[in-house]
Amino acid sequence: MDFSTTITFNGLIQQFIVGLSRTTILFIVSSGLSLVLGVLRIPNVAHGSLYMLGAFLCYSVATLFGNSPIGFWFAILLAPIGVAIISLATERGLFCHLYDREHLMLLLFTFALMLIFHDAVKLIWGSEYRSLTPPVIFQGSLPILGMPFPKYNLFLLSIGPIVAVGLWFLTQRTKIGKIARAAAVDRDMVGAVGINVSWVFASVFVIGCFLAGLGGALVAPTQNITQGMDHTIIMEAFLIVIIGGLGNVWGALLGALIFGLTDSMGIMILPQFSIVFPYAAVVIVLIFRPKGLLRATW
Amino acid sequence: MPPDGLSRLKWFTLGMAVLIVLALCPQFLPRFFTYLLALILITGLMATSLNVALGFGGMYQFHHAVFYGVGAYSVSLMLIKTNLPIALCFFTAPFASAVLALVMGFICVRLSKLYFGMLQLSLGSLVWVVVYRWYSFTGGDDGLHGVPIPSLISSVSGSFYFTLIVSVVSLGLMYVILNSPFGQILQAIRDNPERSETIGVHVRAHQLVTQVIAGFFAGVAGVLFVTVEGSAFPDLMSWTLSLEFLIMCLLGGWFTFLGPMLGAAIIVSLRTMVGVYTEYWTTVLAIILMLLIFFLPEGVIGYLEGFFKRPDVSTEEDR
Repeated sequence: MDFSTTITFNGLIQQFIVGLSRTTILFIVSSGLSLVLGVLRIPNVAHGSLYMLGAFLCYSVATLFGNSPIGFWFAILLAPIGVAIISLATERGLFCHLYDREHLMLLLFTFALMLIFHDAVKLIWGSEYRSLTPPVIFQGSLPILGMPFPKYNLFLLSIGPIVAVGLWFLTQRTKIGKIARAAAVDRDMVGAVGINVSWVFASVFVIGCFLAGLGGALVAPTQNITQGMDHTIIMEAFLIVIIGGLGNVWGALLGALIFGLTDSMGIMILPQFSIVFPYAAVVIVLIFRPKGLLRATW
Repeated sequence: MPPDGLSRLKWFTLGMAVLIVLALCPQFLPRFFTYLLALILITGLMATSLNVALGFGGMYQFHHAVFYGVGAYSVSLMLIKTNLPIALCFFTAPFASAVLALVMGFICVRLSKLYFGMLQLSLGSLVWVVVYRWYSFTGGDDGLHGVPIPSLISSVSGSFYFTLIVSVVSLGLMYVILNSPFGQILQAIRDNPERSETIGVHVRAHQLVTQVIAGFFAGVAGVLFVTVEGSAFPDLMSWTLSLEFLIMCLLGGWFTFLGPMLGAAIIVSLRTMVGVYTEYWTTVLAIILMLLIFFLPEGVIGYLEGFFKRPDVSTEEDR
């Protein structure tokens, strides 16, 4: 237990950057969840399964190309698109009939989807661990303040802001974003002015699920790709969305920062209980601000 | 529920007949089926306690399994680590769940609907993660095994009778509570919280008491689970299990008292039967759930009731 006595400034910085790259993944996944929750008002439990699906698809595409660098980029690109296509089919086939139901029904419906995706992954990929090596340019590490730091994590750190700005642009500056925001407030009114709300919802749902797939594809080279990864991520993503404020993309960013950083910093204080810190942080936030830190969209 | 005397007598006779059949079960059923019946009773008791908050209280209890797990863990820990009288261990464990329900409820009842559910979910996962990680105290992800259950109730038929008696008493208590003035106010709050508030009902206090009641009986179910299985593990308070209990309420009919019990019976027996043939039981569950949401949103009992009388219970609560 001499871990706690060796907290140094460099160690702190290193943990901080590790936490930030974890935050990136959490942000990408939970912003998608938040988008769907904010506009469609669906607490999509299957979001974590799409993340898992993204990771497995990424693995499969990358191995198809024999783990070449080009294959890796293809995988990063194709996996989220595959997830988006699956989610589009689900939305058009099943979900679009259920929008006027209660939250509880929608939640249980997405739970059913989660169970099916879980079994589908088990059926297709089996239950062994998979792992993916990043391409050569991302292998190894760069020294930062004298501490080695994995290059792939730096790559992740650069993706996060791109997604954040992209989402901001999409929701604030494009026509579909504006319509989606309007539909989140009053979907009947949006329908009344002659906009096909059903397709707006479908595209928002697909964008949200694309982000889940992207998160899964990006995380694939950093950890083992397993059956259980849907359960942990969905819980974390839900908590992040709640503390950030439902439907608020910047809230998702803030929540992901809180969650990711308390997790990585907690390891330095109490390694055995590190996972407790983010959950405790969430509870503390919610006791004082039960509706989340930033303004929810509804 | 039946208002006139004759039909009440009929229901009473029916209930007694079911009880007698259940009580005779261990005499002629194989051990496995006795065990399965006990499991159904426990799961049904758990689902009914969830339904007190969900169907009658109108609260989105997303993480009810926490109280189940806490009941199971408290009785196991008391039996393993302390020398308290055994009866006391069994008796006090549900109160641990009730206290947790009080604390969690105190924080959650400030909100309603989805926000309530989300807050409950996050508080519940905090409890889960502590139990999951605290190896020295709760055994971490291994859980606690070989809990010393007194020999009187550790055999298959012994645990069955214990389960039967305790769950029938608990169900009776919940029935009485839900049909008392308190229960009536609770349903009024479910149907229209604002109007209830206006006529002078303390909405939050009623909801908090409901949380404690629901948590207590979930704790009872947890204690019974330990009696039957002899172990407690973190999966007892996982949120997927909570969702399974929600499905049971939905399947049986969440505006009826006996619906969750029926739902539990269907799910537990289906899982056992389907599990023999395929490892993809959850897909079967998922398909049942989807069909249910599309075609039977009021559950099996709710659907059957619809044949005889049109209940004016609104399933479309405000979104």
